[in-house]
Amino acid sequence: MGAFTEWFNERAPGLGAVYKKHMTEYYAPKNFNVMYYFGSFALLVLVNQIVTGIFLTMFYTPTAAGAFDSVQYIMRDVNWGWLVRYMHTTGASMFFIVVYLHMFRGLMYGSFKKPRELVWLLGMLIFLVLMAEAFMGYVLPWGNMSFWGAKVIITLFSAVPWFGHTLVTWIMGTFVPGDPTLNRFFALHVVALPLVLLMLVVLHLGALHEVGSNNPDGIEIKQHKGHDGHPLDGIPFHPYYTLKDLAGVGVFLIICAVIIFFAPSVGGFFLEHDNSIPANDLVTPATIKPVWYFSPFYAILRMIPSKGLGVLALAASIVVLFLVPWLDRGRVKSIRYRGLAYKIALAIFAIVFFLLGCIGADLTPGWIVGIFGPNADITTIENLFGRILVILYFAFFAFVWVYTFFGFERTKPVPERVITHA
Amino acid sequence: MADDSINKGRRRFLTASTAAIGGAGLIITAIPFVETWLPSARAEAAGSPITVDIGKIEKGQMVRYGWRKQPIFVINRTPEQLQWLPKQDPRLRDPQSDASQQPEYCKNGHRSIKPEWMVLIGICTHLGCVPDYKKKVGPEPFDPDWKGGFYCPCHHSRYDMAARVYDGVPAPLNMVVPPYHFVDDTHIQIGVDPKGAA
Repeated sequence: MGAFTEWFNERAPGLGAVYKKHMTEYYAPKNFNVMYYFGSFALLVLVNQIVTGIFLTMFYTPTAAGAFDSVQYIMRDVNWGWLVRYMHTTGASMFFIVVYLHMFRGLMYGSFKKPRELVWLLGMLIFLVLMAEAFMGYVLPWGNMSFWGAKVIITLFSAVPWFGHTLVTWIMGTFVPGDPTLNRFFALHVVALPLVLLMLVVLHLGALHEVGSNNPDGIEIKQHKGHDGHPLDGIPFHPYYTLKDLAGVGVFLIICAVIIFFAPSVGGFFLEHDNSIPANDLVTPATIKPVWYFSPFYAILRMIPSKGLGVLALAASIVVLFLVPWLDRGRVKSIRYRGLAYKIALAIFAIVFFLLGCIGADLTPGWIVGIFGPNADITTIENLFGRILVILYFAFFAFVWVYTFFGFERTKPVPERVITHA
Repeated sequence: MADDSINKGRRRFLTASTAAIGGAGLIITAIPFVETWLPSARAEAAGSPITVDIGKIEKGQMVRYGWRKQPIFVINRTPEQLQWLPKQDPRLRDPQSDASQQPEYCKNGHRSIKPEWMVLIGICTHLGCVPDYKKKVGPEPFDPDWKGGFYCPCHHSRYDMAARVYDGVPAPLNMVVPPYHFVDDTHIQIGVDPKGAA
């Protein structure tokens, strides 16, 4: 073994150094809490999506005539096909759960702040590509919800002035979604976007490992180094955090397994029953709603009573997330030492995001009838409630800027070294 | 030994011109790839006119046909439905259909050639869903003062019996009326204007 390593290192001297830099000599803060699991979970889900996705492509037919039947074939006839597909569909939703928690962690502990703006931007690009990837994957089974989802989302682009309608036809490759649309979405979903996603993940981790990880105290561990030149509050990623993450992965996989084996559709949230009907271009499903992970953004679109402004608000709701490192001017990173108003604002923001999701998932009409009785004017009440939420969503960002730019924030003293709770 | 001094101006010019020509080449190469996404000749050819028999459609009934893979609604409107139309004007976004798409010969109060026969492309002008035909007059969850029309389940847009959009919903325009003409009293051809009309 020693001789082989030597032989190898002589011929590829850089690889060992790369391994050391990113694993055994990447010093991560020793005070990571449970919120720091979600990055590695995301990586795990990505691997799951790629592996299960490769196997699904072996049995799937990317044509309007054959797609729906080939998915049924995978579910019924292919050995273990149902397992592979449920791992893929569950993985898609779990991806968004861990990514949303990962992003929320960033907002809690100021992980987007200097010097990690680039890490945040690359992460946001990953989120954007992930949304495109998930949307196109959702179209592939060519169920009725796939078809109408594709139609509605692509038609969003018709709001672009001057050449909006040409753009829509260009994306579809025909006048209503059909074979050309399905073929190109398949190519993008299984080849183009995964390549982009992988490259962005490498850059996201590369950028992170240059500046080092943030931590729940939001302080830079590199400011206190020991005699060996390593941060006093840091521990090597491998074996310490690989082992910690492994324990977390155990819990995470148990949750995933429960979903896959006992409730793969999660009551219509992970898989929608309307998508068990083949695509029909003449019949819209009774209620069109996107999969749960798009529903907060979809609610923003729906609550604005103008097509152009609705699409603009939808785009703005994502663009504004990119700008967070420059909107939040506060010097103190972690929520532990930030002003009370930031804590309250972030909590309200999380609740608003969740409630917008409930509107987008069409849960609110039931609530309104429950509260105001069967004769309630659902549209008016829902619009009022939803529009307040849309305003609150954007108000969070405006508030954070005003609060930090004009120095209203009263922060607590930040400790020199990380706090450990022994 | 040649002169070792560097002519920075020439170097800049060569760098810029190489980049410009290379960039232009890349853009030109990209065009065929971008244009592969436009509708193919096969997709273009799939849209020829259709002739349908409307003789069996009863008063107040709606029948759907498919044309260019788009749903075509044909409704035999009742006198009551027609009588509600002008009364909806104050609640509509574009009552005169000035901003909306229809052939010139259908730009009138009932948006059709013959008042009772409504022919339209049943696609919501918001994001392209197919609205439901809700002919029952009376309070509805989405409109307490409903006088019959079309209701889009996707984003709750509402249209009256001439497919004109109500104010305060996401859809910006009235639904599109396709070109069509009456071949005889019980047949219409969709996709072709009447003789003499532009």
